[in-house]
Amino acid sequence: MSTVRILVGTKKGAFILTADGKRKKWSVSGPHFAGWEIYHIKGSPVDPNRIYASQTSSWFGQIIQRSDDGGKTWHQPGSANEPSTNSSGMPRGESNKFVYDTSAETGKPLTTHQWYDGTQHPWEFARVWHLEPSLSDADTVYAGVEDAALFRTTDGGHTWHELAGLRGHESGPRWQPGAGGMCLHTIVLDPRNPERIFVAISAAGAFRSEDGGKTWRPINQGLRSQYIPDPTAEVGHCVHRIAIHPNRPDTLFMQKHWDVMRSDDGGDSWREISGNLPSDFGFPIAVHAHEPETIYVVPIKSDSLHYPPEGKLRVYRSRSGGNEWQALTKGLPQKNCYVNILRDAMAVDTLEPCGIYFGTTGGQVYASADAGDSWAPIARDLPAVLSVETQTLS
Amino acid sequence: MSDPGMTDPGMTGPASIRATVRVVLPQHLCTLADVDSEVLLTVARPVTRRSVLDALENRYPMLCGTIRDHVTRAHRPKLRFYANEEDITHESQDSPLPEAICSGTKPLLIVGAISGG
Repeated sequence: MSTVRILVGTKKGAFILTADGKRKKWSVSGPHFAGWEIYHIKGSPVDPNRIYASQTSSWFGQIIQRSDDGGKTWHQPGSANEPSTNSSGMPRGESNKFVYDTSAETGKPLTTHQWYDGTQHPWEFARVWHLEPSLSDADTVYAGVEDAALFRTTDGGHTWHELAGLRGHESGPRWQPGAGGMCLHTIVLDPRNPERIFVAISAAGAFRSEDGGKTWRPINQGLRSQYIPDPTAEVGHCVHRIAIHPNRPDTLFMQKHWDVMRSDDGGDSWREISGNLPSDFGFPIAVHAHEPETIYVVPIKSDSLHYPPEGKLRVYRSRSGGNEWQALTKGLPQKNCYVNILRDAMAVDTLEPCGIYFGTTGGQVYASADAGDSWAPIARDLPAVLSVETQTLS
Repeated sequence: MSDPGMTDPGMTGPASIRATVRVVLPQHLCTLADVDSEVLLTVARPVTRRSVLDALENRYPMLCGTIRDHVTRAHRPKLRFYANEEDITHESQDSPLPEAICSGTKPLLIVGAISGG
């Protein structure tokens, strides 16, 4: 029988929830890295035992953790069972070294972006928001960081190098942080074309590369954001999350700061599909594993309130690729619920029927084993959940 | 298994040119390095905060970047350094540390700033 593993990153550590294919009884391990913020934890699709975690602290900075046994044990790549110094006699410990590329070879070494007050501000690394393991190589992982940039490791996390063409885009000096910082939080790899990568940055917008990350172009045509001076500007949009179905990589679904959007041409153009949602503000968006036109969002009342409308926690499902949405409430609290669901905190498994999972800032992880028709909490009292990822193991 | 936190085996010599320094780490860094709260480091004289941190990172490379920035080598803003009951956080990293630290009588304390609330 299949096994499902849920990787949960929280404000105070990581937790791993495991169940068989029935998804009724769950075991919980953790906290791993207790006391640290785990922004994201995700397994390699090539080798499910290989899991990467972003462990951060405002005191001690960024740590990258790696497991080679499905989360039972962890190490910092380059720090375990290897010489402590490199050939120059300097300490290793470079798995947590994220240094912006300012070399002349990049063509456009960039040193500043727009700050809150409109002045130019140096790029300063804060943390890794998102880790996206390669679809074809367990040692290759992409990392989206704050201040917004894309890094890649090809040696299992030992060393990280910036794909500087993104930050070097001519629009870079016009990027500016949202209230949560200027973060690259979404990385989508095209399963049909390894050269094609989508990323999203708050608050710059969405970008696409067709050459493996060397060069980039903004893909924000059709987005409309009333909170920026030019609502249809090339950059400046606060994209919250992008999702695709692996069989339809030209179709992108986006939860923007406000508005749920859809593109059918790889991001060249977008149209709104918010339809009958009670609010089109929100953070996560997910696509059913077997139905490319079935999508899920969790409406949040507003950008200033950050909790569900009417205190009712409702997942909304569209089976028509948007516009017509159905509230899914069975098993979810329908009164006095004031949690938020963050952008990386929703995921699907690949079983039949499809399982949907999301975590809340109140520390609950909810699961549906029937594509959203009914829900049950599989963890109730964790720290605030930052991210949820799934692994379906045969 | 916890590291016993013994001296750097690569450095030898009389006490006139080397010192054995005790360093107390915050809990999270102890976990990362897999050590108890106090580690012993052999450091060449004159002993400074920079030379102690160099020795610490050399012995425990997993701590690189957690105390000092990888590039600027400046200490992270929410860390404090106490030596012989003095706050030396804002003193030069190259200032000699008190003899009580160099002799191992007292430890160099690395402390996470209080979060308040």
